[in-house]
Amino acid sequence: MRILVALIAILFSVSAPVMGQSALPPAPYANRQISDPVLERKAKALMETIRCLTCQSQSIADSDASMAGDMRSQIRERIMVGEEPEHIRAWLIERYGDWVSYEPTANPILWPLWAAPFLLIGLGLLLLRGRIRRKRK
Amino acid sequence: MRKLLIWLPLGLFLGFFALFASGLLKPDDRVITSKLVGKTLPAFSLPAAASDRPGLVSTELATGKPRLLNIFASWCLPCAAEAPQLLALAQEGVEIDAIAIRDARPDVDRFLARYGNPYSRIGLDARSGVQIALGSSGVPESFVIDGKGRIVYQHVGDIRADDVPMILQRLKDAR
Amino acid sequence: MIAEAGLIALWLAFALALLQLTLVGFGLAGGKQELLGSVRPIAVAQGGLIVIAFALLIALFLRSDMSVLLVVNNSHSMKPWLYKFAGTWGNHEGSMLLWVTVMGVAGAAVALFERALRRDTHMATLGGQAAISLGFYAFLLFASNPFARIDPPAADGQGLNPLLQDPGLAFHPPTLYLGYVGLSVAFSFAIGALLTRRVDAAFARAMRPWVLGAWILLTLGITAGSYWAYYELGWGGWWFWDPVENASLMPWLAATALLHSVTVLATRDALRAWTVMLAVIAFSMSMVGTFLVRSGILTSVHAFAVDPERGTFILVLLGFYIGGALALFGWRVGAVREGAPFELVSRETMLVVNNLLLTVILGLVLIGTLYPLMTEAFGHKVSVGAPYFDRIAGPIALILMLVMAAGPLTRWRRDRLSVVARRLLVPAVIAIFAVALLAWVAWGRIGVLPFFGLVVALAVGAGSIAPLWKRNLRRTPLFTYGMVIAHLGCAVSLAGMACDSAFTVEKLAAVRVGDSVQAGDWTLQFNRISPIAGDNWTALQADLEAVRGGGAPVMLHPQSRFFASAATTTTEAALLTRWNGQLYVVLGQEAEDGRWQLRIWWKPFVTLIWLGGILIALGGALALIGRERRGWQLKWRERAAA
Repeated sequence: MRILVALIAILFSVSAPVMGQSALPPAPYANRQISDPVLERKAKALMETIRCLTCQSQSIADSDASMAGDMRSQIRERIMVGEEPEHIRAWLIERYGDWVSYEPTANPILWPLWAAPFLLIGLGLLLLRGRIRRKRK
Repeated sequence: MRKLLIWLPLGLFLGFFALFASGLLKPDDRVITSKLVGKTLPAFSLPAAASDRPGLVSTELATGKPRLLNIFASWCLPCAAEAPQLLALAQEGVEIDAIAIRDARPDVDRFLARYGNPYSRIGLDARSGVQIALGSSGVPESFVIDGKGRIVYQHVGDIRADDVPMILQRLKDAR
Repeated sequence: MIAEAGLIALWLAFALALLQLTLVGFGLAGGKQELLGSVRPIAVAQGGLIVIAFALLIALFLRSDMSVLLVVNNSHSMKPWLYKFAGTWGNHEGSMLLWVTVMGVAGAAVALFERALRRDTHMATLGGQAAISLGFYAFLLFASNPFARIDPPAADGQGLNPLLQDPGLAFHPPTLYLGYVGLSVAFSFAIGALLTRRVDAAFARAMRPWVLGAWILLTLGITAGSYWAYYELGWGGWWFWDPVENASLMPWLAATALLHSVTVLATRDALRAWTVMLAVIAFSMSMVGTFLVRSGILTSVHAFAVDPERGTFILVLLGFYIGGALALFGWRVGAVREGAPFELVSRETMLVVNNLLLTVILGLVLIGTLYPLMTEAFGHKVSVGAPYFDRIAGPIALILMLVMAAGPLTRWRRDRLSVVARRLLVPAVIAIFAVALLAWVAWGRIGVLPFFGLVVALAVGAGSIAPLWKRNLRRTPLFTYGMVIAHLGCAVSLAGMACDSAFTVEKLAAVRVGDSVQAGDWTLQFNRISPIAGDNWTALQADLEAVRGGGAPVMLHPQSRFFASAATTTTEAALLTRWNGQLYVVLGQEAEDGRWQLRIWWKPFVTLIWLGGILIALGGALALIGRERRGWQLKWRERAAA
């Protein structure tokens, strides 16, 4: 039985390089939570808004890619030594640009996104104007 | 006013249509470049990844002469495809250092024995920490570092044979 | 021979669509009434032919005919028959054939069953349907031929993407497409009405069942897709605000708005131009979605074959149909008289606010999805994802839910604010009670949005049942029940979403055989790990024993599956459903010390999300049956009187 397990484990690890994924086990905190739940919640909230670099349109919090695991581990380790999530985000943006953050940054190019709901509601009210009859006396 | 509103949907659609057309004409290259190009290399110190080459410290990349920093891994197929070009660059006298990502020493040794070893030093980045600090998003990638430890160019993906003269030119310009 | 027969059927359907369009054109514009007599039989024949073409493609997949390129590229003889069958539409060409099949069948159904519409509008509608079909037939025949052969035949196929090898593939795409493409009927109706200048209550009553039918299927398709992604991707997420998901959400939002505005038009003869606009927008969003998904101009987690050249073809179709419809709208809508105005406090106003908010959400999803493309044009890469959509669309959706509860409690034409407020008393009391309770139990532990989500879900849940209050339940019409159930479904779904984001317990663990893990109230014992083999995969399977309280242990078997034909590994989550939530367990990799990674979530009431979706669709179905039945009854009565 054990041999079969080992055989399949080998099959898996052999297939890994073919797929271009590292055979190395995941980084220590890639799939391990911080024991302090407050810090873990902070780390998790940050990970959900950081975009995975090697996968398509996913946050590093929901990715099996090894680089996403390494980033999770790095984020947890840095949160554990007291670094603030926003500092880590800024550090990542300094390296990868605004693209890496799903959380819209303060970059002026993103301002229209925040104006959009008000513009759309304003436009809607404009359309509605005159359609509603004034209350009869 | 009503006239304007009636034609507004068509106007908006034409805007979106132009956007879609531009998206098709200039497809998203999906390449995430490092924003550190033009800036100083972040400080790091990595242990040796191969048995017969020393590890890599960031200060060793600022020795007055431009160098090529190659990010590779033994488990990565395009890295093997890139090896002949790196050997050709080394033949031209380019000094190449490397960082092996998520790798193990026996695997790196085997990879170098098989595909050749153009590297002066090879640092082992087992947890992709330095890769992330460099703003690199995959393997292989290559950075041209000038003599003062500044990143002047990033090449994403494997270096093809016809990229070699361009890389040489970049190294020359970095002087 | 089968492939050739399929191709011939496709060509014949194309020719019939062309004939259908020509006859309608000469019949209506040229005044040759006698030509119109054959339009309906042609539409039915066209629908029949395309069904035959699609059935033949299914036959090719079931027989694993390796002389057909599409089968070679997307199938494998070793695959279980269900995936051979469903694999027919698990690829670009097959799914486009499914698209035109739905379109042809919808056109045939309009030809056969539509009786309420004026004859000229009916014919113009069939002409519109033929015109849209024509473009997509051409797309298949000239750019995506599903029946292309290869010579010599391949020894075997390359297999289907393992992520798609799931029963979900048999249900989700066909349902979604029936809804997505079913909206083409509303689009054709709008074209027909604009061409014949007949936008009135009778038109709305004729269009309503078609919109409702498409909307029900779209709702089911999205619900199924969400659940499929939830268990297949292995991270416990059920909605990612991914471009492909947004592409299916946008037609749904437009169809939901249309469903309500068409009711205003049918009942009160108001919102004429707006309803026609929404009918155009709804199917336009289906086409835009298809373009975004297949052109590859946006990246997505979901599996789709992309091809920029085919993207160009779809873009041309898109420009032609949407641009044409909007130009027709601008040209003709001036001739449509403004409908009846209405009072500020009236059900009309409530429904208009519903439409406004749904359209705003639609606009925001569209802008958010395309924003990265816009900034890319300025050389700047950005990402717009869940944090933006949650924060922007979330609060608007909550307000929309409140309006949804108040709407059915407000009378048509005119009502008094104080009276409406009195009807809303019970839901309001429940909301205040919920705020107090939640503030006491979970203040500071859960986010603002889930907090108000729970409050609104409770209040709206009560509010949505309120229309039945003090009514004779036996004499309440079926479509009122339908509305109540659909609205209740929205509240149920919202409750599930809020519970999931507020109370989910996550546990990541590394375990050896014999270890046990605690996740929420559950204790999981890791008994062993063993290899197993399936039809076309091998897997490592963990045997876990889950116990809660002093209850009986339940066995769970999460797997890590390896598919040799595509050299891909997938995770198969083990799900344990209880009345108050779901336990979600994923087997990860083996760590260096020989321990196995486990990802465990206890998700309280998460299943309400999809239960709500099913209730919404069920409510729609009841409304559809109720309305149609009443129509038949009236007709019988008329006949009996005559």
